[in-house]
Amino acid sequence: MKAAVVVFPASNCDRDVHDALKRSNGTPPAMVWHQDASLPEGLDLIVLPGGFSYGDYLRCGAMAAQSPIMRDVIDRANKGTPVLGICNGFQILCETKLLPGALMRNASLKFVSRDVNMTVEGANTMFTAGYKPGQVINIPVAHGDGNYFADNETLDRLEGEGQVAFRYVEGSNPNGAARNIAGIFNERRTILGLMPHPERHSEPLHGNTDGKAIFDSLVKALS
Amino acid sequence: MTEATLAQAIEHGLIESEWKHILRVMNRAPNLTELGIFSVMWSEHCSYKSSRVHLRKLPTTAPWVIQGPGENAGVIDIGDGDAIIFKMESHNHPSFIEPYQGAATGVGGIMRDVFTMGARPIAMLNALRFGEPNHPKTQHLVSGVVAGIGGYGNCMGVPTVGGEVNFHRSYNGNILVNAMCVGLAKANNIFLSAAKGSGNPVVYVGSKTGRDGIHGATMASAEFDDASEEKRPTVQVGDPFTEKLLLEACLELMATDAIVGIQDMGAAGLTSSSCEMADKGGSGIELNLDHVPCREKGMTPYEMMLSESQERMLMVLKPGREKEAEKIFKKWELDFAVIGITTDTKRLVLKFKGETVADIPVTALADEAPLYERPWEEPKRPAPLAAVAEPKSITEALAKLVATPDLASRRWIYEQYDSTVMADTVQKPGGDAAIVRIHNTQKAVALTTDVTPRYVQADPYTGGVQAVAECWRNITAVGGTPLAITDNLNFGNPQRPEIMGQFVLAVRGIGDACRALDFPVVSGNVSLYNETNGQGILPTPAIGGVGILKDVHKHATIPFKAAGETILVIGETKGHLGQSIYLREILGREEGAPPPVDLKIERRNGDFVRELITTGRVTAVHDASDGGLAVAIAEMAMSSGIGATLATPADKPRAAFWFGEDQARYVVTTTAAGAEKILADAHAAGIPAQKLGVTFDTSVKVDDEQIEVAALKRGHEEWLPRLMT
Repeated sequence: MKAAVVVFPASNCDRDVHDALKRSNGTPPAMVWHQDASLPEGLDLIVLPGGFSYGDYLRCGAMAAQSPIMRDVIDRANKGTPVLGICNGFQILCETKLLPGALMRNASLKFVSRDVNMTVEGANTMFTAGYKPGQVINIPVAHGDGNYFADNETLDRLEGEGQVAFRYVEGSNPNGAARNIAGIFNERRTILGLMPHPERHSEPLHGNTDGKAIFDSLVKALS
Repeated sequence: MTEATLAQAIEHGLIESEWKHILRVMNRAPNLTELGIFSVMWSEHCSYKSSRVHLRKLPTTAPWVIQGPGENAGVIDIGDGDAIIFKMESHNHPSFIEPYQGAATGVGGIMRDVFTMGARPIAMLNALRFGEPNHPKTQHLVSGVVAGIGGYGNCMGVPTVGGEVNFHRSYNGNILVNAMCVGLAKANNIFLSAAKGSGNPVVYVGSKTGRDGIHGATMASAEFDDASEEKRPTVQVGDPFTEKLLLEACLELMATDAIVGIQDMGAAGLTSSSCEMADKGGSGIELNLDHVPCREKGMTPYEMMLSESQERMLMVLKPGREKEAEKIFKKWELDFAVIGITTDTKRLVLKFKGETVADIPVTALADEAPLYERPWEEPKRPAPLAAVAEPKSITEALAKLVATPDLASRRWIYEQYDSTVMADTVQKPGGDAAIVRIHNTQKAVALTTDVTPRYVQADPYTGGVQAVAECWRNITAVGGTPLAITDNLNFGNPQRPEIMGQFVLAVRGIGDACRALDFPVVSGNVSLYNETNGQGILPTPAIGGVGILKDVHKHATIPFKAAGETILVIGETKGHLGQSIYLREILGREEGAPPPVDLKIERRNGDFVRELITTGRVTAVHDASDGGLAVAIAEMAMSSGIGATLATPADKPRAAFWFGEDQARYVVTTTAAGAEKILADAHAAGIPAQKLGVTFDTSVKVDDEQIEVAALKRGHEEWLPRLMT
């Protein structure tokens, strides 16, 4: 699998996801600077990592969505290249409209960093084939703006079309997200955005390896 | 240039003898810019004029110490060419005035101290003290400080992995915000601040200079009064986004060999960075202030030199390397300006609009700074503790204790800190010490901050010893070998002999403990004048410790692992209740002497427990500190959901046995067979150890009383969220 991680100013989970990809894939992903005009040729996967791109100033992900590199990211995504957006990466995907909805300030108005349980709603995709449908997995969240919002019509459509990838287990929603949504796919299931950080539960020393299956699934599907 | 006057010197926080000293070293009256420079360089905050004579007595060397105090941070060798760079620093006064920005810039400042030496920050810790929970300001201060620490650290992508929080009325008007940063560097690529050589370009990088924070160092060197909140404009505003870029740009440049010396612009900004770099390099510096990147128009030399705008660095480069460096900083969209040159004159010369606006001998600012051997007196010894009545119920007292301000769960706080970014956090907040893996290795560092201010208040010497011993013990309790500390000495007004007495004796205690435990001080910070309207804080010398785990897999954690295991205590339980949390919280008495610390025993017991951990003979370990054995066991139960059946030894008073705070003790669990072997080994080594009970079911039973773990946990978890709503 040939993967690339886009590095924005103040991305700060770029190294973590680089390492997780390398562990699953054997070879490391390319690290692409946000001011570059284009991504490497022949990519199988584009990753938008977590962090505070542009300091989260204006609105999380809003400025990163306008970075030079994003024209090529959007172009490739539209042509079907798989994209994984984690945390700030999910926010950027919503800002670019590659995914519907928006991520608002947490309902608590506070940053939240904890391990949360979520169910795998959409198994059998290139991102989630390693999970059983309905499996409960434990993944850390760390964000101030993870409160997923979309109008009811959009939410109904996401649910109806099987575009909800992950849902916080009832009672453990850390941010007030609508319908407990933790992550969603685009219609073609070639793009996944999620708030929790699978790369932080991807090796035994993390105390939990529930996140590793996402990277393993991608390697299996895209190699 | 108009000459400054004595009256202006006094307005700048100097005293008459210091003004006369300036006239003597300058051989003339200074102008206002020069006076401003002297006032910050000679402030308590920058010059350590009241503390230096005593700090010199601290042990600072060991075979693994690469750099002791005197640089931006301390450096220790952790083997394989890796070095750990760390320091703790206070931001008390700004955080009281403006909690969010005060705490945020405290975090930003200490991170710069660490990455300016070539390290990537890998962990943050903090030591926080607030006033009484029901004081009208406490909620606002807790909320702002925690959000500020999180706001800055989270954006930087450095995990905040540990810390401590106390509440006490003595901090009502003067909270303490101490932040510790731990960074990882290559031992052969450490950057120092000396501006060596003549004719080297002096370069300014980072954010632009604004009018914020002017006189911050002077403010931090004065007592507070009711008008202090009017000093809000002297608090700086942090921009973690720019700092993150500055970090990456600096590390990128540091991978080349273009840098001669580098120093962050912290307290006293451009003044202290340029003076200290020239002083350490034995050189002079000439700056052209016309080239300083300014945020506002019309800034004067005085304002530029005293501004404490954040996220700025001063570097001395090798000649001819400017273009290469500039390219890196432009890539990160940061300001880069050559603003001066090193000279061989040993003078700090400032030019502005073609005129010389300051010309000061560098040694006068640094070496000639005033040094005071302030009078001090031995504090009164506390009266011996009078008889303590037995409680009706141990479990009731325990339930109350785990829900008191100093023992309640800190979850509400640490869940606002990203503790897992960088994906190397092995022990998250909630352990005895945090454990952070050294990236791409099997090694890890164990990190903790500790001090028990009520002990230091009752007996400064013993309190100083205990702070170091507890730090050493917490590192040991996770399986780490303690290596070195940073100290953050928070005290009241040193011009009062009783406060100076606290300082002198606590430092003596710290020094003795460090020597006995081979745990040298490699960096630190002193914060004096922590008083409001003449009311001093509890003396609070916070100790930040670093230890090493050669194999990260061989570590211990607090939670019970299974029912039916034997619970042992390693170390002797005499039942010392003086200055205990039990005495204060259950009986309302702040009395007696703190528990004595025998450093030989501390070391012997700790080495024994560490060996048990690294050889895999124990399943859970927790040091017994605040609240004694009962609270330690309750914490092991609450973190696992597994209960315990405990029996009080026949010859012991129950409260003293379960809540006494004797030192050098660890609660451990193991199998029944393993327990017999450990007791035998301890006996052979002359180490007191005894069986306390077994892990069992979901309640804690003490003799014939019983309480559900879930009930303990409810009170423990609910206290802080309730305070904060």
